[in-house]
Amino acid sequence: MTDPVSPAQPPGAHLPDHPDFLWDDPDPRASYDVVIVGGGGHGLATAYYLAKVHGITNVAVLEKGWLAGGNMARNTTIIRSNYLWDESSGIYEHSLKLWERLEEDLDYPILFDQRGVLNLAHSLQDVRDSVRRVNANRLNGVDAEWLDPQQVKEVCPIVNISPDVRYPVMGATFQPRAGIAKHDYVAWGYARAAHEMGVDLIQNCEVTGIERAGDRVTAVRTTRGRIAAGRVALCAAGHSSVVAAMAGLRLPLASHPLQALVSELLEPVHPTVVMSNAVHVYVSQAHKGELVMGAGIDSYNGYGQRGSFHIIEEQMSAALELFPVFARAHLLRTWAGIVDVSPDASPIVGLTPVDGLYLNCGWGTGGFKATPGVGDCFAHTIAHDKPHRFNEPFTLERFTTGALVDEHGAAAVAH
Amino acid sequence: MQLIPCPWCGPREESEFHYGGQAHVAYPEDPAALTDEEWARYVFFRDNPSGPFAERWSHSAGCRRWFNAVRDTRTHELLSVYRVGEPMPALGEVNS
Repeated sequence: MTDPVSPAQPPGAHLPDHPDFLWDDPDPRASYDVVIVGGGGHGLATAYYLAKVHGITNVAVLEKGWLAGGNMARNTTIIRSNYLWDESSGIYEHSLKLWERLEEDLDYPILFDQRGVLNLAHSLQDVRDSVRRVNANRLNGVDAEWLDPQQVKEVCPIVNISPDVRYPVMGATFQPRAGIAKHDYVAWGYARAAHEMGVDLIQNCEVTGIERAGDRVTAVRTTRGRIAAGRVALCAAGHSSVVAAMAGLRLPLASHPLQALVSELLEPVHPTVVMSNAVHVYVSQAHKGELVMGAGIDSYNGYGQRGSFHIIEEQMSAALELFPVFARAHLLRTWAGIVDVSPDASPIVGLTPVDGLYLNCGWGTGGFKATPGVGDCFAHTIAHDKPHRFNEPFTLERFTTGALVDEHGAAAVAH
Repeated sequence: MQLIPCPWCGPREESEFHYGGQAHVAYPEDPAALTDEEWARYVFFRDNPSGPFAERWSHSAGCRRWFNAVRDTRTHELLSVYRVGEPMPALGEVNS
């Protein structure tokens, strides 16, 4: 939990200082037991659990830009586990439990703040789906409540619950254990801990090829030379299709821009996280005071890390109807991350047809909340060459067998 | 907002259009002969390149007709727009 902001202090004064260097900046060695492609949250967490849980420390994390500068720096930091299906509930709740002790585990502040998340319902069908999800969550041991509009107002007083708007708030699901964390600190915490256990974190190192000997992966080619690898683990998020193609793998993914924006710094006005699937905006107030707002994905495939203006317009009109108090807030900046969306809106985590090559992708718009959970499960998958029970359902084969985990529209957010 | 040149109506704002994903994905000629793996490839697997991409758009708030475009997914630049049934221009032709 964060300290309350004293009026005498400037915004952000209560936050921990930015750290000095937490890791070395080594040149890549000629070979590693495990090479992780992608130095974002998932790659760093995977390296951390490989070293800590499985004792595998001859590991390199390769990042084409700077550590955690891709989607990890571009998400809206929302953490929750209120998914509909058992499979999703399993991995996201596993993750949430790790979030709850991550600060102690990493011995590093991550400002995990369990301020709860409201998922608003705006139609009778929304209400029915939401109540169904609350019941499903409870059956899976995930905390969830159904709130009527008055109760929504008690949790978040600035939500407009007037019945006279185009999409009135007819209630909401509430997960009290959900919340936000400070994404940069999460990445730095994992990076520092992985580095201390001997993992090489290598920046400005883009993978340009993946070498195979028959059905087995043997090395990666990079802008900083060839690196032999016993095992290669892909954690490249939006660019997973591009990286996997280097190993001859075609993936059922479409990469889309996902935009977000922040307001100027404001006094604390918004005590929780509010998401609205129907009108598609999700809002929280950052520790420093910015209103952080996310939108839906742009419809088209794209890698440009920018999206369409009309998406922001729709997001803003929805935000203003739900939160009239935001009308005077100024927009500070906008950006986009590139998300890889799978056909059933669930991730693909596990083995591939290539021996020694492991896949972690397809998290779409929801990767941040999974960071500790997928790091733990993916490390297990790499170390044992078989899936952890929580990522076992999320195979590449499910698109052939039909065992889909269809979270499109089920998981309180549309893609 | 990006302008998209509808082959019938000319340049119109992006918000008038609906996206249809990859172009030139043909329905299987002999559906009954397909294996599960081949069905999966047809239903779920699409190209997802970082670079030029042939895709479908519908001018849904205008003439309501479908057309194809080659767009660079890195820059969003529309390299070519052509009608359904016309072959995809070779990339050399597109870029010249």
